[in-house]
Amino acid sequence: MTDSRYVSIEGIARRYTAAGGRTTTVFEDLWFSMNKGDFACIIGHSGCGKTTVLNILAGLDAPDTGAAIMDGQAIAGPSLERAVIFQGHALLPWRTVLGNVTYAVSSRHRRWSAQKVRDHAMRFIELVGLKGAENKRPSELSGGMKQRVGIARALSIEPKMLLMDEPFSALDALTRGTLQDEVRRICLETGQTVFMITHDVDEAIYLADRIVLMTNGPQAVVAEIVDNPLPRDRRRLDIHKQPDFYAVRNHLIDFLVERSKTFKSALPPGYDHRHPPVVRPTTGLSTPPDGDMRAA
Amino acid sequence: MATSLNLRAALVSFLLLAAFLLVWQGATAGFGGTSGGLPAGMDPEYAKLMGLTATTGKSAMPSPLDVGGALMKMLSDPFYDKGPNDKGIGIQLAYSLGRVLLGYAIAVLVAVPLGFLIGMSALMSRALDPFIQVLKPISPLAWMPLALYTIKDSGISAIFVIFICSVWPMLLNTAFGVASVRKEWLNVARTLEVGPLKRAFTVILPAAAPTILTGMRISIGIAWLVIVAAEMLVGGTGIGYFVWNEWNNLSITNVIIAILIIGVTGMVLDQILAAVARLVTFPE
Ligand SMILES: Nc1ncnc2c1ncn2[C@@H]1O[C@H](COP(=O)(O)OP(=O)(O)OP(=O)(O)O)[C@@H](O)[C@H]1O
Ligand SMILES: [Mg+2]
Repeated sequence: MTDSRYVSIEGIARRYTAAGGRTTTVFEDLWFSMNKGDFACIIGHSGCGKTTVLNILAGLDAPDTGAAIMDGQAIAGPSLERAVIFQGHALLPWRTVLGNVTYAVSSRHRRWSAQKVRDHAMRFIELVGLKGAENKRPSELSGGMKQRVGIARALSIEPKMLLMDEPFSALDALTRGTLQDEVRRICLETGQTVFMITHDVDEAIYLADRIVLMTNGPQAVVAEIVDNPLPRDRRRLDIHKQPDFYAVRNHLIDFLVERSKTFKSALPPGYDHRHPPVVRPTTGLSTPPDGDMRAA
Repeated sequence: MATSLNLRAALVSFLLLAAFLLVWQGATAGFGGTSGGLPAGMDPEYAKLMGLTATTGKSAMPSPLDVGGALMKMLSDPFYDKGPNDKGIGIQLAYSLGRVLLGYAIAVLVAVPLGFLIGMSALMSRALDPFIQVLKPISPLAWMPLALYTIKDSGISAIFVIFICSVWPMLLNTAFGVASVRKEWLNVARTLEVGPLKRAFTVILPAAAPTILTGMRISIGIAWLVIVAAEMLVGGTGIGYFVWNEWNNLSITNVIIAILIIGVTGMVLDQILAAVARLVTFPE
């Protein structure tokens, strides 16, 4: 199993030095890994360092110690192999929808003709359902449409890994649902390796194969890795009818509400930073459905 | 609603103008006065000095109708040239505009690249800051003697003064605009492995363009303010010299016309840059 690790984070630490010279350690000795084609979500409270981990994976930030490795190579800087969907969509407002996507495509394929770049970009604009809006500027788009452009831009460079920082958090429930469906379909079809940050427990359960639970900062650790027991061909609308759904959901909510605070102070016996425990919550071993609880 | 507000604003503007012209007309219509003779208490020497206007009891101030008539005459033949002291208003304006645009263009060529450098480098930004802070508040007229002494040529001196006064707002705005480009946009370019030069032109420049244009707009206003003062000192040609010359001729009518033209030209320059600014500004 350890041989097939496609992406691995190996003992990374990130520290910031405050103005007074005091250093705060966001996290330390953080380990986890992903297989090729994995869809991993990371869940944790605000400020625990999720974006920092994503930025390190993207190569936009560097760890103070340890290393992030993808496909056998240490990540030393940003790369076209890893596309980022930014939290605030980060579209260039002076470019049209098409212009934003072609900017990415032409950066990836520097020798392509303008026509080829355009056709390729249009394919991905169609894929996210924005055909007809390609000549609009970001300011003329709704929040959901902007996020779609961000997704099209990231997918158009056909990266080895997709990094998403709360891509749907600013959207209304309906749009979020549709986009989740689309992203899941595209990622399953293309076997995309995805690392995604979310605050939404249901989103994580629907999308992820594995859910990384991060404790509160500072000095956050990976508490455990939840192996999603739901079948791969799940559908968003009746996912709550899956037998193990509430087991996973309660496990995650319990973590966010209770254990994320207390986990660090009383590390379970045998806890190894290098190999955080992998758990697979199923109906057999969990509390009965408790549908009204929400993630903090 | 918006159109009706515009309409009402235009109406109020028009009424204010009409009222102003009316008061002006009334104030300059003359006091009737003692026909022929000197107004009571006027020193005959002074009267001789001041010429007819003072002695007739009519105000030296021309009425709006006088100004309007003279303006029409000037505009009907703006480009005549009858020697150094008698050129059409169009020619004088062209001289001024030429100087302003030359000095301003040089300032743009210096300020925008230098501002880019300062904005991109925290080191340069700190190193150059004291110089900028000292040089920025210096009055254009204070530069004039130094410019005349070192450059000798008065025409080039005027252009230099335009340059040195209009360079600062553009420099500071460019540096600020470049330094405050949203980090997310830079990260987009970084994750796409866009090289530094391409990044400067495809991300930083468009992102900073509205701020740069704001600086350019402030600068053109300053340049136009400075040119009138500079030409008064330097003499020879230009709208500033024209004002000075007409004052020496005691032609208040022409001075008023020049003031009007200076104002309108300044507004046009400003509006041109405002239009350019709108072209490069994209809401998010
Ligand atoms: N430039 C910085 N200087 C100092 N501290 C920083 C800096 N950037 C981040 N931090 C600290 O690092 C910690 C982790 O930040 P990060 O943005 O990764 O959190 P996050 O888990 O993504 O939070 P959220 O869910 O709110 O997005 C925070 O406590 C933050 O205060
Ligand atoms: Mg974050």
